[in-house]
Amino acid sequence: MTQTAVADSDTGLPLRELARRHGLTAAGKLPSLPAYSRQLWSYRYFIASYANAKVTSALGKTRLGMLWQVLTPLINAAVYYVIFGLVLSTARGVDNFVPYLCTGVFIFQFTQSVVQAGVQAISGNLGLIRALHFPRASLPLAITMVEVRNMFASMAVLMIIVLGFGEPLTFEWLLVVPIFLLQSVFNAGLAMAAARLGSKVADIKQLVPFIMRIWLYGSAVLYPVTKFSSNEHLQAHKWALYVVEANPLLVFIDLMRHALMEEVPLAASPMVLWLEAIGWALVVGLGGYVYFWRGEKGYGRG
Amino acid sequence: MADQREPTVIVDDAHVVYRVHQAGTAGTGSPLASFKRIVTGTKPATLREVHAIKGVSFVAYKGEAIGLIGTNGSGKSTLLRAIAGLLPVEKGAIYAAGQPSLLGVNAALMNDLPGERNVVLGCLAMGMSPAQVKSQVKEIIDFSGINERGDFSSLPMRTYSSGMAARLRFSIAAAKKHDVLLIDEALATGDAKFRKRSEQRVRDLRAEAGTVFLVSHSEQSIRDTCERCIWLESGLIRADGPTEEVLKQYESFVKK
Ligand SMILES: Nc1ncnc2c1ncn2[C@@H]1O[C@H](COP(=O)(O)OP(=O)(O)O)[C@@H](O)[C@H]1O
Ligand SMILES: [Mg+2]
Repeated sequence: MTQTAVADSDTGLPLRELARRHGLTAAGKLPSLPAYSRQLWSYRYFIASYANAKVTSALGKTRLGMLWQVLTPLINAAVYYVIFGLVLSTARGVDNFVPYLCTGVFIFQFTQSVVQAGVQAISGNLGLIRALHFPRASLPLAITMVEVRNMFASMAVLMIIVLGFGEPLTFEWLLVVPIFLLQSVFNAGLAMAAARLGSKVADIKQLVPFIMRIWLYGSAVLYPVTKFSSNEHLQAHKWALYVVEANPLLVFIDLMRHALMEEVPLAASPMVLWLEAIGWALVVGLGGYVYFWRGEKGYGRG
Repeated sequence: MADQREPTVIVDDAHVVYRVHQAGTAGTGSPLASFKRIVTGTKPATLREVHAIKGVSFVAYKGEAIGLIGTNGSGKSTLLRAIAGLLPVEKGAIYAAGQPSLLGVNAALMNDLPGERNVVLGCLAMGMSPAQVKSQVKEIIDFSGINERGDFSSLPMRTYSSGMAARLRFSIAAAKKHDVLLIDEALATGDAKFRKRSEQRVRDLRAEAGTVFLVSHSEQSIRDTCERCIWLESGLIRADGPTEEVLKQYESFVKK
């Protein structure tokens, strides 16, 4: 803080001293993390109603409305099936390729939409931010909530596809719930990190499609995950295989496939996958939150 | 210390700088170029800085209503945003009692949503509980008077006239008790009847022991509500004192 010569005319005190004496707080002072979390909690109704408002105003403009939440992943899965399943035949090694592919596409889509929307959570809402006072993390969190809601529809479609292609309904399907929760926490952290990055560097928005494309190709969405362990280069460098297979999206996708399907090749044993998923959710969820909180007071600057 | 006035807002040599990303010139918008900038950490050539507030200091006290005047672009809105903590200060500091609330002309609510839902959203964003919001919605819409000519509160806000939108925004903000209320030309677009009503509301808010800042281009408004006035020009304070004196100086400056 700078020292100034300005003093109050009444008392002759320096302004900083005057403020301290009367217990005034500096505008733009970062609240402590627990205080911020409490504040955020008290804004939960705002977050929910903002998320609702976003869905209403986004879908209100399209003619098919809610139907797009289901159509988008379906069209994606169809396109990838034609190219990778029929034309390139990457299906070798997986008995039931369509459910395998669709699970990958749908789970990947969940994170992808959160990142895409998250990057603009701050930069696209400067008007709101400069007008009203609320914990800014409300915005990326609301965006995550919107995508979680969209994902309910997608999951219903996915389950119908999986059943339709002959997979049995088992108790393992219950695992869908914790996997979905872990991925949501992971996504929320990612959304907050992306929001802060996007508010600082406008160019990030341009890079997101490329980053997501690379991530898609690296997550065994379009081909069996065994391609990694049977790859000679990766076999020669064990650490590289570990790195490739620790990819959080690959972990979530593998777990979901394991839950929904009977005979599916996995990157690691389910136990290891679960630990990795929990680890990723905690690290990215908390890390993204702390990273976002530290930038709280600068978001109005644009 | 009992005889002393109690300060509610202290602005100590505050500077505010806007950073503007201009639409790129050729070659700066490509992914490769943005990647290079991110890696090397250089500022893009299209980044411009606008130094909007250049070292402003003053103290505002409890129960005061302060008029803020100055020509367009002199930094009035910027100063209010900084006091509200919505824009960070570049240098210096701003201290405030409680959380100042800004009521601006371009406070962006959601234009695709009906007025009613905007009221709910705005109230929640001010930190009200759902129960409080529920009990207030009708009152707020009635006060704004947007339903005087039919059921407008259920139409999207983009169908409102600018005056109607401003009335609704004012009504939302005025529904809450504020320690420090910052009003930025929010009363200007309303018609005479609404202006009277809202000026009365400003006086009420003031009587509830808060401090009110009022930006207005209507000298009458300022004379009626404020006894102190600050004249801002190009991000600096030109004059600060009793409304009559400051307005006189300002008038002779503008007439020149
Ligand atoms: N969002 C913004 N980005 C960049 N510059 C801005 C922005 N808003 C205002 N400015 C600049 O800051 C200065 C002060 O603007 P403002 O505070 O809106 O003036 P006033 O409210 O007194 O008319 C002007 O030079 C204006 O161009
Ligand atoms: Mg202005």
